[in-house]
Amino acid sequence: MTTRIRVCHLYPDQLNIYADRGNIAVFRSRSERRGYELEVLGVGVGEVLARDCDLIYLGGGQDREQALIAPDLARRGEEISMALEDGAALLAVCGGYQLLGRGYRDRTGVEMLGAGVLPLETVAGDRRMIGDVSIECELEPDEMLTVVGFENHGGRTRLDPGAAPLGRVVHGFGNDGDSGFEGCRLGKAIGTYLHGPLLPRNPWLADWLLAQALGRRLGEVPELEPLDDELEYQAHAVALGRARERGGKFR
Amino acid sequence: MPGRVLNALDPGASSRLAARLEQGSAIISATNGKTTSAAMTAAILAPRFRLAGNPAGANLSSGVSTALLHTRGAELGLFEVDEAALPRVAEALRPRALCLGNLFRDQLDRYGELELLAERWRGVVAELPAESTLVVNVDDPQLAQLAYGREGVIRFGIEDRRHGGPLPHAADARYCSACGVAYSYRLAYVGHLGEYSCPGCGFERSQPDIWAEEIELDGLTGSSFRLRLPERTASVRLRLPGLYNVYNALAAAALGYALGAQADEIASGLESTRAVFGRSERIEIGEKKLLLLLIKNPTGANEVVRTLVAGGTPKTLVIALNDGIADGQDVSWIWDVDFEPLLYGLERLIVSGGRAAELALRFKYASFSESQIDVIPSLAGALDRGLELTKEGGELVVCPTYTAMLELQKVLAERGYADLYWQRAARAREESGHARGPE
Repeated sequence: MTTRIRVCHLYPDQLNIYADRGNIAVFRSRSERRGYELEVLGVGVGEVLARDCDLIYLGGGQDREQALIAPDLARRGEEISMALEDGAALLAVCGGYQLLGRGYRDRTGVEMLGAGVLPLETVAGDRRMIGDVSIECELEPDEMLTVVGFENHGGRTRLDPGAAPLGRVVHGFGNDGDSGFEGCRLGKAIGTYLHGPLLPRNPWLADWLLAQALGRRLGEVPELEPLDDELEYQAHAVALGRARERGGKFR
Repeated sequence: MPGRVLNALDPGASSRLAARLEQGSAIISATNGKTTSAAMTAAILAPRFRLAGNPAGANLSSGVSTALLHTRGAELGLFEVDEAALPRVAEALRPRALCLGNLFRDQLDRYGELELLAERWRGVVAELPAESTLVVNVDDPQLAQLAYGREGVIRFGIEDRRHGGPLPHAADARYCSACGVAYSYRLAYVGHLGEYSCPGCGFERSQPDIWAEEIELDGLTGSSFRLRLPERTASVRLRLPGLYNVYNALAAAALGYALGAQADEIASGLESTRAVFGRSERIEIGEKKLLLLLIKNPTGANEVVRTLVAGGTPKTLVIALNDGIADGQDVSWIWDVDFEPLLYGLERLIVSGGRAAELALRFKYASFSESQIDVIPSLAGALDRGLELTKEGGELVVCPTYTAMLELQKVLAERGYADLYWQRAARAREESGHARGPE
C-alpha cells in the first residue's frame, strides 16, 4: 500500500497571497515522484484540524484576510501544539508565521492575539521591509544550507530569548532588520517571512519537511531519493544573485 | 523628463496647465486595460474634440504633467493614470469625468496591498467635484461600493451569462468592503468581476446603465457584441480579442457617453481601435508573424491564457519573465496564474527573461515535461528559437512582462522589424518619462 502523507492546509481561501499553492504543488510533486501519496485537507474558519496530520501549512494574506482568520487561529494554539507534539511538521509563511506567535501589535497599539505556538511576537514597524533575501540555515547539525526568497512585511518579529531562528540573514532584512535572524525553528516546525514561493527554489527545504512528515507516518525519518533539480538550482542561483544585488533596502 | 522637473519646481503648475483646457479633463484608471481603454476613448472622442493625452504608458503624475505642457490648441484632456498615482493626478486635474475600470492584485512589492489602493481610490471619489461624472465598472464590487450613494454615476458591465464561470484562484476582493462577509458569486467574468451579492449586508451588483450583451468571442482575432446605451443600441465589432477587451471597450464607451459622444461615434471609435503597444499587437517578420500579449499580473495573464486557448492553443509559446521594478521584483505572481489550460495543446515552451528558470519551475510543477521546455534567458535567443519552430505563414505567440516587452521591441527594432508606430511610441515614451518606473 502506498504511504500517504496527510497535509492540513490552514485557511487556503484567506491565506494565499504569495502563491502559496506553489509550495503545495512542490510538496505534491516531490512526494509523488518518490512513490508517496499526498493528501491535502483544507481547514477553514471553525473547522477542526484533521487527526493523524503529518504536515501543517499556513500561508500569507493581506491584512484584511488575516484579520478575518486571526480570531479563529488564536483559538487553535492548543490544537496545533498537540499536532506538533504528535510529530507533525509545520511550515508557516509570512502572515501565517506572524500569527503563530503570541500576537501582533499594529501601529495604533491594537493587539491581535496569535496562536502562541511559536516563541515570538510581532510589532508593526514604520516602513515595510521588501526585497530579495538570502539566509544560511542548519536544519541538520553541520549541514549549512542557503535558502532564498522574497520578503514583504511591515511587522518586526522578535524571538524570545533562547528561541532558535530558521537561519541567519546574509542579504535582506529577515525578522526585524537588525537582529540578523530570519524565521523561527521549533523542532519540526518552521516559520519564515520568505515567500516567492519558498519551496520551488529551495527544494532541499521542501525535502527536509517532507522527510519529517514521513518520519511521523513511518516511525523513522527516511532518506529521500534525490531528484533531478537542475532547474531548481538555476532558479536558486538567480534568486541568490538578486538578494546579493538588491536585498534589504528600505523603500 | 520635463514633467518631473515641472512638478518639483512648481507643484501647482499642472492644475494651471489643466485649466487651459476649455473642455476640461477626463481620467481613466484601472489595474488592467487602461492603455487600451484610453486609446479607444480617444478614437471615440477624436471627431468631437481636439484632444490632449499622454502616450501609452507615461501614466505617472510626471507623464501627465509632461503631456499638459504640450496641450496648445487642445480642448479636452484625456489621460490614463497609474492606479497609485491617481490621487495626486485627480487632485491636480479635477477631472470632469473619472473612469475606474477595475482593481486587481498587481505588484504587491510596489503598490502594496489591494485594500490600501481601494482606500486611496475611496478618497479620490470623495474629493471628486460634485458636478463631475464618475464612471465605474459595476461588475467590480470594490468599485461599485465606491460609487454607492453618489449622484452622477454611470455604471457599466457585462450582461451575458454564457461567458461567466466560477471565481478563479487568483480572484481578489472576495470579501465585502462594507461588512467583511465573503461575497456570494453567481458567476465571474474576469478575475473577481462578475455578478455578486453580499449575504452579510445585502450589497449587490446593480443593473448597469451601459452594457454588452450577445458577446461572441472570435479567438485571437476579435469579438463582437451588442452595446446597450441608455435609449440606444449599437452593434460593435472589436479588432482586439478576449472578454477583457470587451471590458476595455465598455469603459471607453461609458466614458465617451459621459463626455457627450453619440452611439454611432462610440461604435465607430471602438471598431477603429487597433492593438496598442504590445497588447495583442501583431508584427510581421518576413513570412511569419509575431503576436505580442503583455502579461503583468495574475488576472491579466489568466485572460491571456483563456484567449489563447479559445483561439486554439499554440504549439509553440514564448513567455518572458523579467523582475525589474516595472515588472514587480517579486515574481511569485506567476504561481497564481492558471497556466494549466495551455498544457493540453502546448508542445514546446520557451521561457525567457531574467527569471526564466522560475517560469520553467512553474510549468514543471504543473506536470509539464522538462524535456519540452527551453530555458533561454536572452530575449533575442528566445525569439530566434521560437521563429525557428514557426512554420512559414505561421504566427508565434510571445507573452512578455513589461520590461521584457521593451527589450523585445529593441531587438525587433535592431533587426528592422518594428514598425513606425512602435518607434514613434518609444520616442514619445522617452520624451515624457518612463511609464512604470518609480516616481
